[in-house]
Amino acid sequence: MALAKLKVETTDARLSGVVVPDGAAWSNAVRADALSRVRQMGLPTKRDEYWKYTDPASLTTAEPSSAALFVNDEGPLFEAVDRVRIVFVDGVFDAGASDDLTAEGVEIERLADAIQTDIHWAKDLYGVLETRGQTPVERPLAALNTALATDGVVIRVTGKAAKPINFIYLHKDENSDAMLHNVVKVEAGAEVTILETGPAAARFSKMLEVEVADGATFHHVRAQGRDHERRAVTHCFARIGANATFKSFTLTFNGVLTRNECILEIVGDDSVAHVAGACVGDGKDFHHDDTVFVTHDSLNCESRQVFKKVLRNGATGVFQGKILVKAGAQKTDGYQISQSLLLDEDSQFLAKPELEIYADDVACSHGSTSGAIDETALFYLRSRGVPHDEARNLLTLSFLAESLEEIDDAGLAEELRDRLEAWLARHS
Amino acid sequence: MLEIKGLKVKLEEEDKQILKGVDLKIEPGTVHAIMGPNGSGKSTLSYVLSGKDGYVVTDGEATLEGADLLDMDPEDRAAAGLFLAFQYPVEIPGVGNMTFLRTAVNAQRKSRGEVELTAGEFLKEVREKAKSLQIDAEMLKRPVNVGFSGGEKKRNEILQMAMLAPKMCILDETDSGLDVDAMKLVAEGVNALRSEGRSFLVITHYQRLLDHIKPDVVHIMADGRIIKSGGPELALEVENNGYADILAEVA
Ligand SMILES: Nc1ncnc2c1ncn2[C@@H]1O[C@H](COP(=O)(O)OP(=O)(O)OP(=O)(O)O)[C@@H](O)[C@H]1O
Ligand SMILES: [Mg+2]
Repeated sequence: MALAKLKVETTDARLSGVVVPDGAAWSNAVRADALSRVRQMGLPTKRDEYWKYTDPASLTTAEPSSAALFVNDEGPLFEAVDRVRIVFVDGVFDAGASDDLTAEGVEIERLADAIQTDIHWAKDLYGVLETRGQTPVERPLAALNTALATDGVVIRVTGKAAKPINFIYLHKDENSDAMLHNVVKVEAGAEVTILETGPAAARFSKMLEVEVADGATFHHVRAQGRDHERRAVTHCFARIGANATFKSFTLTFNGVLTRNECILEIVGDDSVAHVAGACVGDGKDFHHDDTVFVTHDSLNCESRQVFKKVLRNGATGVFQGKILVKAGAQKTDGYQISQSLLLDEDSQFLAKPELEIYADDVACSHGSTSGAIDETALFYLRSRGVPHDEARNLLTLSFLAESLEEIDDAGLAEELRDRLEAWLARHS
Repeated sequence: MLEIKGLKVKLEEEDKQILKGVDLKIEPGTVHAIMGPNGSGKSTLSYVLSGKDGYVVTDGEATLEGADLLDMDPEDRAAAGLFLAFQYPVEIPGVGNMTFLRTAVNAQRKSRGEVELTAGEFLKEVREKAKSLQIDAEMLKRPVNVGFSGGEKKRNEILQMAMLAPKMCILDETDSGLDVDAMKLVAEGVNALRSEGRSFLVITHYQRLLDHIKPDVVHIMADGRIIKSGGPELALEVENNGYADILAEVA
């Protein structure tokens, strides 16, 4: 079928004059393939069903809209955590600001170096998980990232990583357009925690491809920066083996536009995959979209999606979440909840929860709600002397708490909770 | 302490008059009880005094130590010394009981210009008071009233009252849902708080609570008015004969 005119025009404009980073033969091949897939699919437009609630226009223009730099007086997150810091400034690796890329149990390499190497393990994952994740729903922006990503790291986890690895994304240029692609391979029985923090760029496209092998554990905690004008589209593609654990949590503050897609494929038996998120947004310019697709293709696995949004002053939140249980994926336990707390009538929450099940012995449930502050609880708190705003913030934080509980590490959860509390007290 | 004059209240949502002219004067250090048939307006009176939304005062006034209560936000009424033990305590999932109590205690101290309690001081005080009400530590850790039994919720109200040390305590059917022993505990908790500078308004349907918390004055409320006031013997009369005689008497 021929692509719609708008799609063709958008795609041509975006691709005209782009430079595909050069590397080893395998890398050039996967990028060429990705580019041709982009042309074939065409970039998304707001007429696409999958972009019904989020207008992708500003993510597909040739040039990014600029985003004012934001002075964050809160200081970096996770300072107290002993971690390997990998710093990117507007999408460019900064060796000087980063730690030594070494820690016991992990091998870390720059993407730019990995793609120059003729024989590299990353060949089996880079763009591979992304390509698998293109069915049944097309994700052209992900293919675009595979084709054009200029920087990132590839990490192989061979044992229990001695410390978490923290990608720190700094935003210092008002007009930056960053495209990063990270690959993590957690080998059988290995264990790692990946932290991601910061606003990254005026416009940010970021991909994380993760292979969680049998018996492996992957923890992921991310906080997207407070810059009000930034835009981001991120993808996480994960393939999860047997007896494995995948847990990902994202906290989003502010931003004009954020679309976080998480595509999980559970292929081994007895595994657990959780993806959760909390977001707080203020004002008409805030738009946040969580799009999740979990595929169960094995026995006795559990998946959980827990998403909470606090929206006020005309902010918009979107959730599109799907659980697909393939034929034969018996004993699947799939759970999905998406909830929004609307602090006023101008804010809106759009949700599309879906279940598609082809196995008969499964337990799947989903729910989506959107509501206002509980006035009865608010009065109860005030009648005990808690001032109105403080009472509202306490209730708001308690609403978000359920998603923070998805983070296994209590220290990390506590730090994010404090940031949320501060955000609520500040109103921005 | 508390003075209510000609208080008339209707619902905000519909044109329905609930309180039709309530007069009540409570002296410092005294215990007053209000009894009355279901739906006569007892809870409404307690809500209006504590500042709940949904009611419109069409006439009359209510003052606490001379200050106009009806003009204040609920939190300011609390800081001024008013406390309501709810007939139906509210469950707040996600907010820990301890966090709730400490936030409340410190908010009140702050608004009165007192220094906030340290975590240690607070903990010591809560533990002591919880113990005397037989509220165990595990309950304190749970979210506010979530999963509490009816009686546990009521005891939790009294714990809050003890922690906040208000001047004017309104207890709305605190005895309902309590077993005999719990009622004694709650009554002891209340009696321990009785002092010259503190007054109580106890709303109840039963004489039994008043055996433990001896009232100075008993009022009968019917159809949005206080129709009769008297000594403790009035409660006994209600217990024995119901409201029929009293209602007939004033009709
Ligand atoms: N928000 C409301 N909406 C509709 N009716 C109301 C509302 N609040 C109170 N009422 C009505 O006002 C009347 C008084 O209610 P209230 O709860 O004050 O009675 P009460 O004396 O406390 O009764 P009980 O002894 O059963 O607790 C009742 O008829 C009740 O239905
Ligand atoms: Mg009542």
